[in-house]
Amino acid sequence: MAKHKEDLHQEFIKGIWRDNPVFVQVLGMCPMLAVTNTAVNALAMGAATFFVLVGSSFLVSSLRLWIPRQVRISTYIIIIATFVTVTDFTLEALVPKIHKELGAFIPLIVVNCMILGRQEAFASRNSVRLAVMDALGMAAGFLFALLSLGTVREILGEGKLFGFSLFGPDFEPWVIMILPPGGFLTLGLLLLFFSWVKERKQRLEQRLTQLESEAQ
Amino acid sequence: MNELLWIFVSALLINNFVLSYFLGLCPFLGVSGRLDTAFRLGLATIFVMLITALCSWFLNTYVLVYAPYLRLISFIVVIASTVQFIEMVIKKLSPALFKALGIFLPLITTNCAILGLAIFATNRGYGLAEGLVFAFGAGAGFTLALVLMAGIREEVELSDVPALIRGTAMNLIIAGILSMAFMGFAGLFSAT
Repeated sequence: MAKHKEDLHQEFIKGIWRDNPVFVQVLGMCPMLAVTNTAVNALAMGAATFFVLVGSSFLVSSLRLWIPRQVRISTYIIIIATFVTVTDFTLEALVPKIHKELGAFIPLIVVNCMILGRQEAFASRNSVRLAVMDALGMAAGFLFALLSLGTVREILGEGKLFGFSLFGPDFEPWVIMILPPGGFLTLGLLLLFFSWVKERKQRLEQRLTQLESEAQ
Repeated sequence: MNELLWIFVSALLINNFVLSYFLGLCPFLGVSGRLDTAFRLGLATIFVMLITALCSWFLNTYVLVYAPYLRLISFIVVIASTVQFIEMVIKKLSPALFKALGIFLPLITTNCAILGLAIFATNRGYGLAEGLVFAFGAGAGFTLALVLMAGIREEVELSDVPALIRGTAMNLIIAGILSMAFMGFAGLFSAT
């Protein structure tokens, strides 16, 4: 039982860091860049994706024994599209302002390759419990990536965070950061940072094993 | 006539799908390694976009008036089946073209630029002619961005770049600079 619990925990954690869908697998880039000009938009997009991913993983994994192999991709897409439609109408009713700002990018969650990828690679082969855990982890990782990008761009581009001014009136905003090029540049630099951290860690580990073998 | 030209130029340069709407990034980053494949993928995308524009106009005018909540599902089903259908037709009529396009044809289904095109055209209330011109401009813009990117990447391949930057990080930074260059087109039509 203890081992089983550990497994669930593992599935959750891997999505946030080791297999982060954006920073490591480089999936789901389109919404990632398009809506992260402010932290609030990033948060709304992350929440919408969260709901769609967890819901469709749950459904796909519960139905996995009944979905014929030949039409599985179309079935997944229809399931995902259903959840996205629900999200679209819910957001429009609850927060019309944010819905308007995100515009066409809410319906475009359907073609987020990360979501379809999780259904194909994980939910269709694992139990409901594992699939939901995996979806929660991946969605949290996606949300984390969206937020880190959105925060950086809003702070540099407008001098604000979640709409609150940070630096006072003297701050000259880097307008380029909230425009499209800023998205590309910020994500490129973030990816660079992550691979730098990874390489450093590898080098440290190598040095450690080297020292250990020398000590023996 | 002027209106149509404006839609075309806007989709091609000013609001380029890849560089300012961030649509179709997966093929943009994935298939831009070589110039000739990039160009072929671009042509296939233009073709699918034109067909999609036609289908989505038809759906919007005759079907979705009665059931707006089916919009997303019907679009995605139509796009997937259109791509499949085109694949079969091309295979039958011109095996050479089919071979040249290869795996890219089925991959277009998951290209968010296609669904994005259908949704944008609907949101802006484009008619048939406007929708087709918009589709052509968007497809040509996608091809332009893809070919530019592939050209730059072929050059960079031979340059002395630090190993750490190589890969996605570098491609994204190149895309950022390209996107900055395309922002220069923003003032093109502001006078009219």
